[in-house]
Amino acid sequence: MEKRILIAGFGGQGVLLMGQLLSKAGMHENMQVCWMPSYGPEMRGGEANCGVVLADEPIGSPLVTEPDVAILMNRPSLDKFEPSIAPGGTLLYNSSLIDAEPSRTDIKVYDVPCNDIAVKIGNARVANMVMLGAFNALTELLPAESLLEALRETLGSGKEHLIPVNQQALAAGAESVV
Amino acid sequence: MAKLLMKGNEAIAEAAIRAGCRCFFGYPITPQNQIPEYMSKRMPQVGGTFLQAESEVSAINMVYGASGAGARVMTSSSGPGVSLKQEGISYLAGAQLPCVIVNIMRGGPGLGSIQPSQGDYYQATRGGGHGDYRLPVLAPSSVGEAVELTRKAFDLADKYRTPVIVLGDGMIGQMMEPVELPDDGESAREPESKPWAARGWDGSSPRAIINSLYIDPSVLEQHNLALQRKFAEIEKAETSFASERVEDADLVIAAYGTMARIARSAIRMARAEGLKVGMIRPVTLWPFPSEPFAQAARTAKAFLTVEMSAGQMVDDVRLAVAGRKPVHFYGRTGGMVPTVRDVLSRIKEAV
Amino acid sequence: MAVVFEKSRSLTDEILTYCPGCTHGIIHRLVAEAIDDLGAQSSTIGVAPVGCAVFAYNFFAVDMMQAAHGRAPAVATGIKRALPDRIVFTYQGDGDLASIGMAEIMHAAARGEKITTIFVNNAIYGMTGGQMAPTTLVGQVTTTSPYGRKEELCGKPIRMSEIIAQMDGTAYAARVSVHDPRHVMEAKKAIRRAFEAQRGGEGFAMVEVLSTCPTNWGMTPIEALKWVATDMIPYYPLGVYKDSSKGAA
Repeated sequence: MEKRILIAGFGGQGVLLMGQLLSKAGMHENMQVCWMPSYGPEMRGGEANCGVVLADEPIGSPLVTEPDVAILMNRPSLDKFEPSIAPGGTLLYNSSLIDAEPSRTDIKVYDVPCNDIAVKIGNARVANMVMLGAFNALTELLPAESLLEALRETLGSGKEHLIPVNQQALAAGAESVV
Repeated sequence: MAKLLMKGNEAIAEAAIRAGCRCFFGYPITPQNQIPEYMSKRMPQVGGTFLQAESEVSAINMVYGASGAGARVMTSSSGPGVSLKQEGISYLAGAQLPCVIVNIMRGGPGLGSIQPSQGDYYQATRGGGHGDYRLPVLAPSSVGEAVELTRKAFDLADKYRTPVIVLGDGMIGQMMEPVELPDDGESAREPESKPWAARGWDGSSPRAIINSLYIDPSVLEQHNLALQRKFAEIEKAETSFASERVEDADLVIAAYGTMARIARSAIRMARAEGLKVGMIRPVTLWPFPSEPFAQAARTAKAFLTVEMSAGQMVDDVRLAVAGRKPVHFYGRTGGMVPTVRDVLSRIKEAV
Repeated sequence: MAVVFEKSRSLTDEILTYCPGCTHGIIHRLVAEAIDDLGAQSSTIGVAPVGCAVFAYNFFAVDMMQAAHGRAPAVATGIKRALPDRIVFTYQGDGDLASIGMAEIMHAAARGEKITTIFVNNAIYGMTGGQMAPTTLVGQVTTTSPYGRKEELCGKPIRMSEIIAQMDGTAYAARVSVHDPRHVMEAKKAIRRAFEAQRGGEGFAMVEVLSTCPTNWGMTPIEALKWVATDMIPYYPLGVYKDSSKGAA
């Protein structure tokens, strides 16, 4: 098994964090993992993306140029990355912020209104976790508990109070696609 | 040992601290900034020194001072900054001072770009500064290997009294992978005894003089001959490489660092299509592992060197293969990274 | 028989390589006396520059490092940070300190680096054969200012003591001369104070010593000593520019 995942959006959407959580959870599940961010002059609100590889075998290229799964959080990233998805791959897009329809017919497409769901839960900032929940329900790559654990580890003990809302977000995201 | 998910730059910094490095002097430059940032946080916790120097030139000369005083010391930078350090590196080599210099390469020449590159291969493997000298150059291809090689770099530096270069690229600096950090305590690895160091003269032994000046050419030649003997010893004992599926390979790929990772993915695809392709991955770029290439030249039909440069290591591959088989080259420059598909199509052309 | 005079312990028996009439020898002696007075011979590490004093590592009987041109303050910083309880000094000329090494000296002072710098200003590049220095006087003839230094081309010479005294990290900055015995005695006091400032952890300390270069000035040693008094001191006023134990002068 080797899954190449691309996550893209704008800075501040928690795109890099999503990739790190997947990588951490994969590591705890004894997978081979690699996280590779795009990097450039530091800029808030600019484009951000990262590639994550989860695999059984030692990972070759750390670059995700033809993703098996693409998670696209805003319109510019849909325009830019939809064409790169591997044939037969999967696209999850944030339909709250993307007003266009993906055009590819050789891939599986799921729309997830991440921001709307997050607002319903009561915290607009967990839109990224909604998307991760959807991703995980569709791919079944990682136990949901592992993702939550990775988040707990990343937030640290001072932010334990944020766990329940994130847990809700993961669950709501999963429900939205199954 | 617990596995940690760490960014290459931070893993290199932590590995240095665990190798006993207690002095770091550096200057900001992308894409290696997480090394000085991490050091600025960690060094005070372990009783070490982090100092942001006024320039790369000063940083490397602070390294010279601390190394001459017997400390385990490191600096890090990227291409343009490493060019500025070359004066100091030549002095360090001449004065036989141990230290570790990390170069997280970016596109060049000049200010270039901040994206990954391997364009500093010549600079690193040919000494880089003025005068006749070489430095061991270690090229990790994963974050885990970066940890191992950083540690090894300090040991080689002290063993041979030489600067050692850890040569990565923007990808290895920025990516996160699981690492297992050696756990022998943060203060366990005291620098070994360095009787040559200038730490104050008590009169019981000859005075320590850290110096690279030998005004009499016949004396300087003797110094150079001694250096060359040391380099020969390093070539004999410290050459390192990894090879995969070379035995039955018609085509042997030569690649190092993260480029070798991309090549490995391409080799898997090629093998799946029935093409017999293998790889030799130099881990030490100097000393260059010529022997495995010479060996492979007996069985393989051709070689393909893949680099994020216009073709630098390919010279060493050609020297090793010595005209017995064709050595092809494929590279991208300026921060552009060859894709797995690019490499696969070059493989098909070359087989 | 009572010993009334002896060579400083912190000097070796090597014969100095300086030209006849050059005052580097006096300055070496003053530095060695200061180290001896502090009882610091075994805990001192000196940094030699590139310039006429490049062989200083042969002359001072302490552990020594030879630095690249201008980089002595950075090297000294590395030593001091690795061994904070040692006495570390640099010995630098005007080209080394005020031209190619300007960044290093300014930042060592800015950081309040606890080192002592002996800055020998003889208004010329000696070792390379008499080229114009950043401290060469306007009108002074050198091999690269054969018509005399022109202000419109090269600006005016740099007064380092005044500049260094402006830095918050500087504990002590003074300009002295060694052209006659009275001034030698004053220079001795200043150099000693500069080492004491380091020992007391007060900050960066520098003593600028006006020195002669009869060879490259094209003068006899006596003419050169006079020229310091008549031509250099008027442009480079002597005095203590900063002393943290007394407040700014």
